Amino acid sequence: MKTTKLIYPLVLALAATLATTGCKHKPVGITKLPGQNAPQVGEPTPTTLPPGTPVNTEEKPPGGIPLAEAGLFDGMTPDRAALAAYTIHFAYDRSDIRSSEKPNLAQVAQALSSDPSAKLLIEGNCDERGTEEYNRSLGERRALAAREALAKLGVDPMRIETRSFGKDQPADPGHDESAWSKNRRDDFVLLHPKSGV
Amino acid sequence: MKSTTSTILCCILVALFGFCAFSQNEEPIPIPKTWGGPGLEKPTPVSLEGFSGEVLEVLKFDLYVQGFSFVTPDAAQYLISGSNAGNVQGRVTDRFSKSSLLARSYTGASLRREAHAFADDIVLVTRHDKGIALTKIAFKDELPNGEGEIYVADFDGHNPQAVTRDGAIVAAPAWVPGRLALYYTSYKLGNPDIFYHDLTTGRRQAIARYSGLNSSAAVSPDGARVAMILSKGGSPNVYVCNADGSGLKKLTSTSEDSSPCWSPDGQWVCFATKIDARRRLAKVPAGGGEVRVVNTIGVSNPTEPDWSPDGKWIAFTSQMSEFDVCVVPAGGGDATILVRGEDPSWAPNSRTLICARRSASYRYVLSLLDAPTKQFKDVARVSGSDSQPAWAR
Repeated sequence: MKTTKLIYPLVLALAATLATTGCKHKPVGITKLPGQNAPQVGEPTPTTLPPGTPVNTEEKPPGGIPLAEAGLFDGMTPDRAALAAYTIHFAYDRSDIRSSEKPNLAQVAQALSSDPSAKLLIEGNCDERGTEEYNRSLGERRALAAREALAKLGVDPMRIETRSFGKDQPADPGHDESAWSKNRRDDFVLLHPKSGV
Repeated sequence: MKSTTSTILCCILVALFGFCAFSQNEEPIPIPKTWGGPGLEKPTPVSLEGFSGEVLEVLKFDLYVQGFSFVTPDAAQYLISGSNAGNVQGRVTDRFSKSSLLARSYTGASLRREAHAFADDIVLVTRHDKGIALTKIAFKDELPNGEGEIYVADFDGHNPQAVTRDGAIVAAPAWVPGRLALYYTSYKLGNPDIFYHDLTTGRRQAIARYSGLNSSAAVSPDGARVAMILSKGGSPNVYVCNADGSGLKKLTSTSEDSSPCWSPDGQWVCFATKIDARRRLAKVPAGGGEVRVVNTIGVSNPTEPDWSPDGKWIAFTSQMSEFDVCVVPAGGGDATILVRGEDPSWAPNSRTLICARRSASYRYVLSLLDAPTKQFKDVARVSGSDSQPAWAR
């Protein structure tokens, strides 16, 4: 009697459980492969890239921020030779100007003060031992450091533009400290206004 | 009578239990989980049968860089079989339950692309996760004189296509999320400027041409804003503007900033900087605010961060005696060194990374790395030095 009474609810409970969760039937064996109506994988589009359109050099980005500094240097003639002897060099991973470089800076300042129409482009560079975007930023800091030092020597900083090449333009392609020390540098490029009409 | 009824009922009970025990799979449906620790996961062992040539090569490459290993059938967790005569046909079977997880024929594309599609299906049925075999990368290919071009390619380096043909110094391509468009740095106009370039039309437009440095563009997850490094204020700092370059805002005044990247929720910009004379990773609210350090305990000189799409990890380059690709929990903490290399970029699966590796000849090659298992493999090369990879997400 008691057994029967127990079993009925148990069976009901089990049936209810099974009804709700179910027994999962996993088919053994392999499902038939779809045939003609298999979905197409397809090729990606586009398969060829159109060439980049020519870049409009007159175009300035919108937003109303004045580009006076960049505009002031447009159309000037670079003279790389004039100040080539005064390239300054930096310690590894540093952008501070060492006292050994001060005489060269003084020469650059002198060249600018004796030619009031000239402007200056400082190109900052690194050796290959940094990561690429870090080096692009470091090269810029080296150029900015020289600009600040020249400002202290009396040069109007608005006459000076900076450009970093990161490690993309080494002076010496070698892979040792002798080459690397030559590459950690600022090059000075004198800029003259275009002569003639 | 009663005892017969109870006996029958007992038998029914036993039969019902027995039936369920044999055919019910006890295992719940697996939910894709993030991997527990970098370099700590064992690869998923699979066997491959019936494939040959390029299809076999593709399957092995695609699965290896997503943390699978290749074993004999008796040691495999999943059996992968099929054929590639004419088109790819593939099956995946769970070796333990003997159930068929996938049976499919792939048509309408090259064998290579069909194999990639099968690889994605394998990842889907075994891990319930989206595969990466049909995704794209962008990178720069540089010649010895420093000039280069921006390229896009399949994630494995195949089908490379030049995006630029300018013969200028280029750098730092960055994808617009979900679109075939890039931002990159180019010296084409003399100075390093940032350009937006629509890959489907070829239309491009300078969006940052300020005095000094314009570089390291990074696009917000919604594509609406771009973070970048500008030096127009006198030092390289993080700026943010709208996708077309308007609405420029300076985000940082810290020293020596480089390489901004976005959190996947668009709330933070993480970048490399110098704080208290030490190189650190830091983050700043994307709308402006206080800069906070992201600790990378155990490694020094962190740079070039990239935030995983699932928000959980930041991958970066650590420069100690060599360059190493590392990961750290996104909130900061203990950093783990994964492999020699630099400039990591996450795949959409938040586990595979692409990075650049310096080869013996000082040129860069691109390499794929599965962070959980540390399995890595070089990708196919374009002719020059390939670096600064960005994974389309």
